[in-house]
Amino acid sequence: MALLQISEPGQAPDPHARRIAIGIDLGTTHSLVASVRNGVAECLPDQQGRVILPSAVQYLGNGKRAIGHEALAAQAQDPLNTIVSVKRFMGRGVADIANVAGLPYELLDKPGMLSLQTREGEKSPVEISAEILATLRQRAEDTFDDEIYGAVITVPAYFDDAQRQATKDAAQMAGLNVLRLINEPTAAAIAYGLDNGSEGIYAVYDLGGGTFDVSILRLSKGVFEVMATGGDSALGGDDYDRAVVENVLSATGRSLNNASDKSRMLTAARHGKEVLSDNTEHLLQLELSDGPISHLVTRAAFEASTQHLTRQTLQAVKKVMRDAGIQSSDIHGVVMVGGSTRMPHIQSAVGELLQCQPLNNVNPDEVVALGAAIQANQLSGNNPNGELLLLDVIPLSLGIETMGGLVERIVPRNQTIPTAMAQDFTTYQDGQTALALHVVQGERDLVVDCRSLARFELRGIPPMAAGAARIRVTFTVDADGLLSVNAIETNSGVQAQINVKPSYGLSDDQIATMLQDSFHTAEYDKNARALAEARLEADRMWLAAQSALNADEHLLTVDEASVIRGLMAEVLTAKSLETPAAIEAATEALAKGTEAFAAARMNDGIRKALAGKHIGAM
Amino acid sequence: MVSEGLVSAALTLASSDFELFGLPVCFQIDTALLDRQWKQLQRQVHPDQFVSQSAADKRLAMQWSVRVNEAYQRLKNPLRRAAYLCEINGAPIRAEDNTAMPHTFLMQQMQWREELDEAPDVVAIEALQHQMIDEKKKLLQQCAQDIDLHADWINASHTVRALMFIERFEQDLDSRLDSLNNN
Repeated sequence: MALLQISEPGQAPDPHARRIAIGIDLGTTHSLVASVRNGVAECLPDQQGRVILPSAVQYLGNGKRAIGHEALAAQAQDPLNTIVSVKRFMGRGVADIANVAGLPYELLDKPGMLSLQTREGEKSPVEISAEILATLRQRAEDTFDDEIYGAVITVPAYFDDAQRQATKDAAQMAGLNVLRLINEPTAAAIAYGLDNGSEGIYAVYDLGGGTFDVSILRLSKGVFEVMATGGDSALGGDDYDRAVVENVLSATGRSLNNASDKSRMLTAARHGKEVLSDNTEHLLQLELSDGPISHLVTRAAFEASTQHLTRQTLQAVKKVMRDAGIQSSDIHGVVMVGGSTRMPHIQSAVGELLQCQPLNNVNPDEVVALGAAIQANQLSGNNPNGELLLLDVIPLSLGIETMGGLVERIVPRNQTIPTAMAQDFTTYQDGQTALALHVVQGERDLVVDCRSLARFELRGIPPMAAGAARIRVTFTVDADGLLSVNAIETNSGVQAQINVKPSYGLSDDQIATMLQDSFHTAEYDKNARALAEARLEADRMWLAAQSALNADEHLLTVDEASVIRGLMAEVLTAKSLETPAAIEAATEALAKGTEAFAAARMNDGIRKALAGKHIGAM
Repeated sequence: MVSEGLVSAALTLASSDFELFGLPVCFQIDTALLDRQWKQLQRQVHPDQFVSQSAADKRLAMQWSVRVNEAYQRLKNPLRRAAYLCEINGAPIRAEDNTAMPHTFLMQQMQWREELDEAPDVVAIEALQHQMIDEKKKLLQQCAQDIDLHADWINASHTVRALMFIERFEQDLDSRLDSLNNN
């Protein structure tokens, strides 16, 4: 801890002024945590000085687990209980997974999301991801010797609602306060653009271990406006590894007989692929259960056998350019992200298509975490005059099922978020009193070809003739890209709504319980935890009110200001009590008491915005 | 104190799109100014600016940010802007129940659709796409005249309906191109 708090003139004299905020890149093959320290974003290393944490979790039995490098090292010996590339399973059912037979795991088909059978029982991809996130949280806490205020977690831009929700759940389960989910290519653009002072239109080509994203952004004066995004959430470096495996097996006539063989072969193939980025050939050698295997793989053969994968990514790039309404000549540069972009044939293919030199002067493994850290720093209020503003989009269209299994699109893809869009529907039978709504995501016209997100019912519609009811369905997508749906029959006012949570059966309560079980049992009992949380929320609310008063007290009458100060004082008094309920009540009273003030501040802000002045400049 | 600029002080969530963006109510607008105002407004209201604020602040920010994006999308797209102008001037488009179009226009539509069905390759589809772009330009100029010069909302709404047919056709062209490119 710093002994001296140096505060700039004009800065709020706030004891909590510096909040520790982190950015986490939760990747398919590896994950990183970064933070802004002394004005510079940097990845945080573990005690051995390594910044990369392999996204691998090994269940050892008796509640023990190994995470990261240790787990990865154990993969070949204990493949069933060592989960790698778990990101591919987030928000997915067994039917969604390509090449199940090639995986060394026992997948269980569960409603909403698959589970994996391990020696410690069933584990959901959310729980496994939470282990990785908690490890990174711990690393950050050790680095700063302090609590973490909040985290920005990155997701592939092309992740659908179920995958995003699963990621957010995992972060909450790991005890993180999620400030925002942001898209990986957008994070990369922040890290890249702010370092280089770039302006104009840029493409981000992000080929990770298991996902591919491409985004087109317009950068101007700190605003990162995503014009369009696209990709494939099941295409990545792992597929290139598998191509090597298939080549070797078909050339040698060998086969993989058990989970351990599969896992050894994959590791050798990945290593071979990496070697081929710097060499034109590589002698792949390994021991399988039925004897040794040795095969010379060449870069030329590797490139030829993965050409279809590379072409798939280029088609996505072309499509996203069409969506953005731009030509390759409009693009100033293309930022290369993800370890897979080290492959020379990918660099040259992208450079050729976009007719510009790929930009890779920021480490492609770190750039996403660095961007997330910069955004986390800004969101936590550490950088009040920061110019950074992200205007991101939703990657896939959202709609509902209508008659005949067709999709009626309500929010088209590439809409800037947050957004709310509505459409009117009606009943098709006389006297119909309920309407079933099926929410789907995807670009195809048939419901069966899209992802099913949620089903719910609007009940209690007064009986009317067919077609007389007016049912307004509103889709709201928040700044995390997460959807909620509301349906209302406008004649009668009957309403139904749903937060579209994937139906894999984890309620917020369950998440809280699991969180407590897995990470906090030793530290807190239930009441202590509730108390700590109530105090934290009280602090947040008090600070929010104080900073609002500091900035805009002139919008209040003397009486109004003194009422708010009274409520603030009550929050402070309540905080010293040992009863969470009393603290919560005082916090809630302050929240209610400042609602009108909040509205006035917002209106004032908008007025100033249009007059072309920043609040900071007043 | 603050200069009021073009804007009246009492902006609410119910203010019109034009009021919200401080733009004169007409079809031909300064799109660069629109873009600037959008970013300026989002700087004030985007939920990212309120992450560590109270729940009431967050709710309000969400409502405003959604409203600003809605208005921006409508003003940015010339077709939707024209439809909005017709609507607030008492000539709603009613696209869902008013599809009566002049005979010659419908014949032209049918001919284009036949050409698309019979188009052998990407080159032919792109040629058709260029025709659409020209046609759209013509109709948008017509809109500008109807609205800004003559304030003729009935004629403007006819032009908007024609543009909607063209837009629909453009989407079909796009999806044909997508499927050709993916094969």
